[in-house]
Amino acid sequence: MLEIKDLYAKVEEKDILNGINLEIKAGEIHAIMGPNGSGKSTLASVIAGKDEYEMTQGSIQFEGEDLSELNPEERAHRGVFLSFQYPVEIPGVSVTNFVKTAINETRKAKGLDDMPAKEMLKKIREIAELLDIDRKFLSRSLNEGFSGGEKKRNEIFQMAMLAPKLAILDETDSGLDIDALRIVANGVNKLRSENNAVLIITHYQRLLDYIIPDKVHVLMDGKIVKSGDKNLAKKLEEKGYDWIKEEVKTL
Amino acid sequence: MSVLKEKLISSYMAYQDDLDQDDLIHEMRKSAFKEFELSGFPTRKNEAWKYTPLASLIKEDYSVFSKKTNALEFKDVKQYFLHDIDTYKVVFIDGIYSSFLSETTHDGMDICLMSAALIKPKYRAVIEAYFNKAIAKDSLTSLNTAFAKEGVYINIPSHKEVEKPIEIINFATGNEASLMLQPRNLIVVGENAHVQIIERHQSLTENPVFTNSVTEIFTEKRGCVDYYKVQNDRLSASLIDNTFIKQGRESNVSVHTFSFGGKLVRNNLNFYQEGQHCDSTLKGITIIEGKQHVDHSTLVHHLAPNCESHQVYKGLFDERAVGVFNGKVVVDKEAQKINAFQQNNNILISDKATINAKPQLEIFADDVKCSHGCTIGQLDEDALFYLRSRGIAEKEAKALLMYAFANNVLQSVKIPELKKRINTLIANKIGVNLGFDL
Repeated sequence: MLEIKDLYAKVEEKDILNGINLEIKAGEIHAIMGPNGSGKSTLASVIAGKDEYEMTQGSIQFEGEDLSELNPEERAHRGVFLSFQYPVEIPGVSVTNFVKTAINETRKAKGLDDMPAKEMLKKIREIAELLDIDRKFLSRSLNEGFSGGEKKRNEIFQMAMLAPKLAILDETDSGLDIDALRIVANGVNKLRSENNAVLIITHYQRLLDYIIPDKVHVLMDGKIVKSGDKNLAKKLEEKGYDWIKEEVKTL
Repeated sequence: MSVLKEKLISSYMAYQDDLDQDDLIHEMRKSAFKEFELSGFPTRKNEAWKYTPLASLIKEDYSVFSKKTNALEFKDVKQYFLHDIDTYKVVFIDGIYSSFLSETTHDGMDICLMSAALIKPKYRAVIEAYFNKAIAKDSLTSLNTAFAKEGVYINIPSHKEVEKPIEIINFATGNEASLMLQPRNLIVVGENAHVQIIERHQSLTENPVFTNSVTEIFTEKRGCVDYYKVQNDRLSASLIDNTFIKQGRESNVSVHTFSFGGKLVRNNLNFYQEGQHCDSTLKGITIIEGKQHVDHSTLVHHLAPNCESHQVYKGLFDERAVGVFNGKVVVDKEAQKINAFQQNNNILISDKATINAKPQLEIFADDVKCSHGCTIGQLDEDALFYLRSRGIAEKEAKALLMYAFANNVLQSVKIPELKKRINTLIANKIGVNLGFDL
């Protein structure tokens, strides 16, 4: 589904990604872990198409199509979704209206009519229930005055509504208490299928207790330095990153 | 001398002969005219008018009075009224009162005409106590006083809560090739009385109109006034709005100014907090393009202790539009424990748009909380990326962000129908078309 080859990227003349190779197949869950400043969030933003990052080398293919040629909204229309670490506040636009807009803009791009109001309402209701979100929340202005946890839950709500092929969760676990974490993880698990994939970007292993990854990658200095299965995440949690640094050095 | 000043001088002579010499305000008119004659129209050399040149306006040969009485059908101007709810209405067509379009009252309060109030003995005490008592002596206000004849007279007695909003609408029909209008309004709100007022000036053709309006508002103890100015006029219409508000103890006055259209608009909005525990709110949304020019010059003068003032002005400027924000806050030595807040946020959509922003604080008291913030910028790139990453195209995403930027000023609008109307105006103006009901 997603194939990243030898990806280099920089922001304001600073090299952040230094040769990333990553392949995610439909149905898989991957986790990228790494210390602060290793380039995790940059990778997420580059896949989603943020302007300020400049791809200097390599390629990103999504279902055989070159993503680097597409703007952010076109990537979203193809089925790429990024759950933001810091979602933006939009006063005056309710959660419901925003998600309706996002869905219908995507449909418009695909040449489809707006989703019928009844169908939209039904979908909103089902997903709100799945994520334990109450109706009052849906009529509030998008992210305005939301707690950290509410923002993250709102991101997952949007993800569920948009049903992307590839969901990138950038530090979705930060700011969540254990109950919220469970609800979010439960939501992600319920939406999993053989046709979609998830890329989890995180500092900590705790989200991976609930969403079991097929593969775990360690990112350091803009490079994937080690890959493994879920046990790698556990080892990182116990031992930290220093042992990997040592390993990399000796290589 | 400008064409208009010459015209005004010659018109005044004829006008004076026409008026009743025993009229209560006759002497005031005379001395006000002298003041105008002496100082003339303000020029850019005057610091307060540095960014708002009137030169192009005062070249025009306006008719100073409409030569005849013109009529309008309600169906033709219905859209300018808040027609989905019941309101009091005081309507003027080319400066002349239209009883046909108006709905006034004398039932337990007076919502009527200035021309009547100026001559009838029963209003004498109020006119003597309040008329021309809140104004600052500037040449445009003096000019208005010199020609003061018609406008709105509102007197709400103590403890009266006016049950429906009052609409003040000044139409210009275009029957004159070009017309100058000088409405004069007096609003007196008694102790613990409440009133909501909506004011608009609407030109109906492309013929030039220049309005120089003066409104004086007095609120007694615990009086409450919510005033809304809807400025969405044609490109041929210019407006200088001079509003003076004197607040008594514990009174609460808010003025919202929605500036979406007109050739040149200058809002001189002045608040004088004379009693303790007053609350003043000044809010504005400006969305203009083309070569439009909107100037907000505000003054909040804190004369008494323990008061609050809140100012929030937001502006979106596209193409070659010019905005001015000059927000002055004065805190007198006696006015301790003041909380004065001022915020002015501007977004320049085009490289050619201009905003001149100047917050001015003059604080003579030592125990006060005054804050002001002014931003001028473009749309937030991170926010834009967020929306686009959800599949919203760049143009729509920008419109949505501009809508959100302007929209939150509307939270304090207390008339739901008006709020909805302004909301739609903003969305249309910005071009938000996102398939949901606003």
